[in-house]
Amino acid sequence: MENKRKYVIPGDLVTSGPFRPEQNVVLEGNKIISTTVGISEIYDDSVRVISLTGKYIPKIDDLVIGKVISHTSLSWELDINSCYVGFLPAQDVFGRDFSAHADELSSKLKTGDLVAARIANFDRTRDPLVTISDRDLGKIDSGALVKISPSKVPRLIGKRGSMIQMIEQATNAAITIGQNGWVVVSCESPEGLLKAKKAIQMVDEKAHIANLTDQVKDMLESKGES
Amino acid sequence: MGGREATMVLLDENGIRCDGRKIDETRKITIKAGVLKNADGSAYIEFGDNKILVGIFGPRDVHPKHMSDTDTGILRVRYHMEPFSVTERKNPAPSRREIEISKVIKEALEPAVMLEKFPRTAVDVFIEVLQADGGTRCAALSAASVALADAGIPMRDMVAACASGKVADTIVLDVNNEEDQAGQADMPIGYMPNFEKITLLQLDGILTPEEYKKCVEVGVNGCKIIYEIQKKALNDKYFGSGKD
Repeated sequence: MENKRKYVIPGDLVTSGPFRPEQNVVLEGNKIISTTVGISEIYDDSVRVISLTGKYIPKIDDLVIGKVISHTSLSWELDINSCYVGFLPAQDVFGRDFSAHADELSSKLKTGDLVAARIANFDRTRDPLVTISDRDLGKIDSGALVKISPSKVPRLIGKRGSMIQMIEQATNAAITIGQNGWVVVSCESPEGLLKAKKAIQMVDEKAHIANLTDQVKDMLESKGES
Repeated sequence: MGGREATMVLLDENGIRCDGRKIDETRKITIKAGVLKNADGSAYIEFGDNKILVGIFGPRDVHPKHMSDTDTGILRVRYHMEPFSVTERKNPAPSRREIEISKVIKEALEPAVMLEKFPRTAVDVFIEVLQADGGTRCAALSAASVALADAGIPMRDMVAACASGKVADTIVLDVNNEEDQAGQADMPIGYMPNFEKITLLQLDGILTPEEYKKCVEVGVNGCKIIYEIQKKALNDKYFGSGKD
């Protein structure tokens, strides 16, 4: 198979030799060992394991869907489906001239609101800093939230976006995928919305199947006829 | 205890043990990964008559906050026996023995789990012994390791565990409840099969240095058998064993 793909579990030897260890692998001596259950991929100079399970770990520049859980007078806290809470400072929304007494945070974002945000900064010492000051980011007003496992997000996007484009075209829905496994689907027609949701859930359940794109395509088309 | 025959032959002249096993044979072991929906990871093990369920939460926020560590994540393990897990009702409050087992299982898992990747978080391991028949700490440790892998917690290696012991002056693998009560020594071993490192070693009883070496060797071989079963459990869940 391409890239010598292999199923691995923690502790399994992926390869040995002069490779750069990337995601979910550790270098012990000259052996590269998988740290998670997943599929190993060996490239020309690097090795990685695509994880099949696990929580979302924030990464800088990731697009995530967050839910406002609380706010202080200076910032909001977002649930981003991770072990850390997203920190959204008020300056990000109100601009430079934000003042804690003049501006009321709940006028812009209330507890329970969904936002599309980008991870602006994250390191091991602090909670992830998120921003919504960019195009396509900010409060989400309409749509249905679908929660999938964060490890299945790459599968939902597919190679160069093939899977998600197919679902979007077949159902006429607009789909926003957060890397944290939260997906917002909005669609004019209720049937399209249901179909898109079903397709997303299907990807979540059957992520390990090889010709999933075809199966999803069949499902989308068969429903259209009946 | 146990309500079984009091005068039992632990090892007959053909080298067959009280439950019909050979000296280097384990009990029947099955592990199933991902049995609980609400936990982040889970596993169920049947180790002879032992039945143990393990659920994992995490990495998640630490409560109480003062327990969190800014340099690394923390591992918390609770080993608990159900009141109905033994013949005489067990008080569900944590006993001295349960606290000890929680501690040794935690310390046996720590070398494998890469907690340093998640500072300020906790990984919680809940072990519920539904039915006990000797060797629960090894069975619990083996299941906990599968459940951690199922939860997607990064690990350097799996931890497999198996006990060995001395019964009727012979070193045997996987001591059951009767052999534990009437035998001469019991040695639970936790082992990382790819690193070839021991993470848990306890000994209850008296062994000569030669017997000790033999006992460790037998136990480690047992762990390798368990490791294959752990592998199968994860393969069955994630790769469907060739199905589809």
